[in-house]
Parts: sequence; structure tokens; C-alpha cells
Amino acid sequence: MEAIPPRENWPLWEVFIRARQGLDHKHAGSLHAADAQMAIENARDVYTRRNEGISIWVVESRYIHASSPAESGSFYDPANDKVYRHPGFYHLPDELKNM
Amino acid sequence: MPAREQEIFDRKIEEEIRIEPKDWMPADYRRMLIRQMSQHAHSEIVGMLPEGNWITRAPSLRRKATLIAKVQDEAGHGLYLYSATETLGITRDEMIEQLHAGMAKYSSIFNYPTLTWADIGAIGWLVDGAAIMNQVPLCRASYGPYARAMIRICKEESFHQRQGFEILLTLSRGSEAQKAMCQDAINRWWWPSLMMFGPNDDASPNSRLSMHWKIKRFSNDELRQKFVDACVDQVKTLNMLLPDSEIKWNENREHYDFGEINWEEFYEVIKGNGPCNRDRLEARKKAHAEGAWVREAAAAFAAKKNDSTKHLMYGSHTTS
Repeated sequence: MEAIPPRENWPLWEVFIRARQGLDHKHAGSLHAADAQMAIENARDVYTRRNEGISIWVVESRYIHASSPAESGSFYDPANDKVYRHPGFYHLPDELKNM
Repeated sequence: MPAREQEIFDRKIEEEIRIEPKDWMPADYRRMLIRQMSQHAHSEIVGMLPEGNWITRAPSLRRKATLIAKVQDEAGHGLYLYSATETLGITRDEMIEQLHAGMAKYSSIFNYPTLTWADIGAIGWLVDGAAIMNQVPLCRASYGPYARAMIRICKEESFHQRQGFEILLTLSRGSEAQKAMCQDAINRWWWPSLMMFGPNDDASPNSRLSMHWKIKRFSNDELRQKFVDACVDQVKTLNMLLPDSEIKWNENREHYDFGEINWEEFYEVIKGNGPCNRDRLEARKKAHAEGAWVREAAAAFAAKKNDSTKHLMYGSHTTS
């Protein structure tokens, strides 16, 4: 079987780090690596040199799909006129407690 | 369309809303950021060379561990900045090619040699000190990925300056020879450190545009003055002197006056005629060439593994 020619540039990976147990993984940055294992090891060296994390996720950047900033006006429009989704919309008497 | 887009961009700059990679931005803004951020990344990478020079000769295990950690940080800073720059549509490989071809600049300071151990102290105190002055305001740069990278860098940079000052402090309390070595390093690094802030404001046209776009927040001369003011006080703790007889407190300005920088030397170093320009570039190219087999092997291994996982995935439906 013929060997697959290695890709010239290592792909780009996005790195997500959980700082402490109980917190979400948060985007930390990106880096290049040949494969997932190397991406995790590089992420450890690049983004957690001072105990910034206890868990690392990596995902190849090309698998991230993003909403378009150009359409953000119309895209988020449906939420703009729905103030009644917020608790402050409802006027209740001050004597009402624990609500 | 561009007029409307330009308007949105200008308003974001005005209102201190960060520009993000997918947002429309003027071509010159993009170009200016690529130039500044890639130069910054290259400076971190080339900056490892003068210090790496002393890792094997650090005077104690503590100093050696510290210096290794510092050089590792510089590598990390270079990587943060390369990936932040990549969000502007240039690849890291292109940037590295530009560096190796001599087309991209890096901070002129790294073209000076590290002759004695005291130089490692002086680099920490003065060179990293000047870098911090420059970098702290960049944490508020208008381009989001740059600002975020700078926040991380600034958090780590403070140990660099403190460890450098500690090296000098130890030497300044040592033997006569150690004291002399300390003063000599300060003498050699002082002026090049002042040059790190770039040309005077009236000779720096890029600076105005950069401040207009809120990439830079303070002018070269403002930052240089802050640095001088801080160092004049700090050097007293070392019981050493700054090599400038014109340093004097100015009541009216409420700043220290200082002597004229040798701009001819600055432009010569920028042009590639500093003491170490050729060595630095050669060392970079050599390291890159000698690492080629590692990059190729890793890519080949990844391709092979990818291929075998494919068979596995078609064969069974396991997920991790």
C-alpha cells in the first residue's frame, strides 16, 4: 500500500482548558500539531506552564463552524424584542418576599 | 458596502469594542497588525538565543532552572503571538519564511551579545523591563486576539524582570570583580534598552496611525520616559550607575531628563549591521533546518495513524 504523503503544514488546533474541577472548559488559544496527542502535549506546554488547567480539549480548527459577524444583526434579532424573558419585566409589589 | 463597513469599524474603535478576526477591517489595519504582531513573535523566538547561550553556564542549579523556565516562556510567547497573527490570514510558515529570508524584523536588542553572566541579569531587568512597559498597554489593543495574547504574556513576564534584578542584586553585593561585572553589563545594555521603544515620536509616522487605531496607546517617547523614570530609582537599590551623565530630575516636567540616544547605531542595527544580526539569523535557520526531520516524522506518523483509524472506524462503531 502506498504511504499517504504527509501534509506539509501541521494543522491548526483550538485548545480548551478546564481551570478547576467544576468549571467549564474555556477557549485558551490555538496551536499547530501533527496529531491530537501532540496537540494535547503542546497545549500543556504552551498554555498550562503555571497550573492553569486540569483538563485539556483540543479540536482541529477546521471542524469549528462559526456564526457570521456580518449577519449578527438579523441573526440575533429574534431575542431583541423579548424583554419578557427577563425577571425584571414583571412588576410585583414590594411586600412580596422570597421571589 | 465598504463605506458602511468602514463606519462600523470606526465606531467600534471609537467605543473601545474589540475587533475580532472575522470582522471587516481596513486593509491597512490588517497589514499594520501583521507587521507588528509577527515582529513581536519573531522577537520572542530570536530572544531565546542570547539567553539560551548561558543555560549551560548558569552559576547554580537554581539559576539554571530559572533560565530554562524563562526561555521556555519566550518560546510560548512566540507561539501565542504567531497563532494570534494567523487569525489575520497569514500562516506561521509564511511568517517564519519571512524571518529567515531577512524580510521580517525583530527587536534590535537581540542583536547584541551576552558576554558575561551579568548580562542575563541586565536583560531581565532592563530588556524585559522595557518590554513590559511596551506590552502592558498592548493588553488593551483594539485587536482582540492580540490583546488576549498580551494579557497572558504580561502575566508571565513579571517573573522575568524580577529574576534578572535578583541576579544583578546578588552580583552588586558580591566581590569587587562581581560588582564590576554588574556595572559593565548595565553600561552595555542601558542604551540599547532605551532604543527598544523605537524612534522619537516625530520620526515615527507609523506610530500615529497605530495610536489612531488604538493598537498602541502611548507614544514611543512617553513609554521611554516612563522607563527611564522607573530605572533611575531602581538602580539605586543596586548601588550602581546608569551610564548617562545627563540624567537629572526636571522640576517642570516632573520627569528625569536624559541624554541623546545614538540613533545612528539604532538604524545600523535595524539595517542588519549590529554585532550579532548574522549569527542570530544563521542560528534560527540552522535550528529550523535541523528540526525538519522531526516535523516530517511527526506528519508521517500522524498520516499513518489517521489511515489505520479509518479502518478501525469502518470496522466497528466504537466511540470514545
